[in-house]
Amino acid sequence: MTCFSTPLAGYLLVAALLFAIGLAGALTRRNAILVLIGIELMLNAANLNLIAFWRFGPHPEMLTGLMFALFSIAVAAAEAAVGLGLVIQIHRHLKTTDLDQISRMKG
Amino acid sequence: MSIAFVVLALLTLAGAMAAVTLRNLVHCALALAVAFAGLALLFLQLDAQFVGFTQILVYVGAVAILVVFAILLTRGADDGKAGTVFSRTWLAGLGIAAAVFALLGWAVLRSVRGLAQAAGTPAVTVENIGQALMSRYVLPLEIVALLLTAALVGAVIVAMYEKEGAR
Repeated sequence: MTCFSTPLAGYLLVAALLFAIGLAGALTRRNAILVLIGIELMLNAANLNLIAFWRFGPHPEMLTGLMFALFSIAVAAAEAAVGLGLVIQIHRHLKTTDLDQISRMKG
Repeated sequence: MSIAFVVLALLTLAGAMAAVTLRNLVHCALALAVAFAGLALLFLQLDAQFVGFTQILVYVGAVAILVVFAILLTRGADDGKAGTVFSRTWLAGLGIAAAVFALLGWAVLRSVRGLAQAAGTPAVTVENIGQALMSRYVLPLEIVALLLTAALVGAVIVAMYEKEGAR
C-alpha cells in the first residue's frame, strides 16, 4: 500500500482516528464524565503525534517533541483533576450529570 | 508496518471506541484504561521509554482511577433510566467528528509522502532527559510545577463539601 510507505503515516493516521473518536465522544455523549473522557482521548492523540514527529524528525537528540509530550501529560492531568472536581460539584448542586438537562449558568 | 504496531493500534482504537460507546460508565472507564495502556505501549514502540512509563503512571495509574472515583461519586439519579445515552444532537456531533477525521487523514496522506525515513534509533537516556529538564527546559518545568499546585488546590476547593447556606 502506497499510503503506508512511511511508518510515520501509520502513526499519524492512528492519532487522527483517535482524535476523531474522542471528538465524537465529547460531542455526542450526554454524561459530563464521558465528555471529559473524550477530551482526554483527544489530548492523548495529540501526544501520539508529538512523539511520532519526534521519533521520525530530523533531530531526535534535541528532545523537543519528547519534552512537549511530557509537559502536555502534566497539563492534561491537572485538567482532568479540575474537570472531575467540577463535575462532582455540579452533581451535588443539580443531582444530575446529564448535559442535556444542565442548561443554565446560574447555580 | 510491523505486526506489533498493527496490534497495538487496533487495541488502542478498540479501547477508545468502547470507552465512548459503552452504556455502563464503569465499563467505559475500564475501556479508557485499556486505550491509555495501548498508547503507552505505542510510545514504548516509538523508543520513547520515559514518556511511555510516564503515561502508564499518570494515565493508567491516576487519571483512570480519578474517573472511576468521579463515576462512583456521581452515581444515582440518571442511572438505570431507559433511553439513549447519546445527546439529542448526536448526529451533528458525529458529522463534525467524521469531517475532522476526513480533513486530518487527507492532510496526512497528502503531506507525508515526501518525508524521509527515520534515522537510526535515537539514543536518549533518562539522564539526557533529566539534564535537559534542568537546563534548557527549567522554566517550563517550574511553570508546570506551579500549575500542578494551583490545579490541586483549585480542584480541592471546587469539590469541597459546601455547607448549607454558606453560599
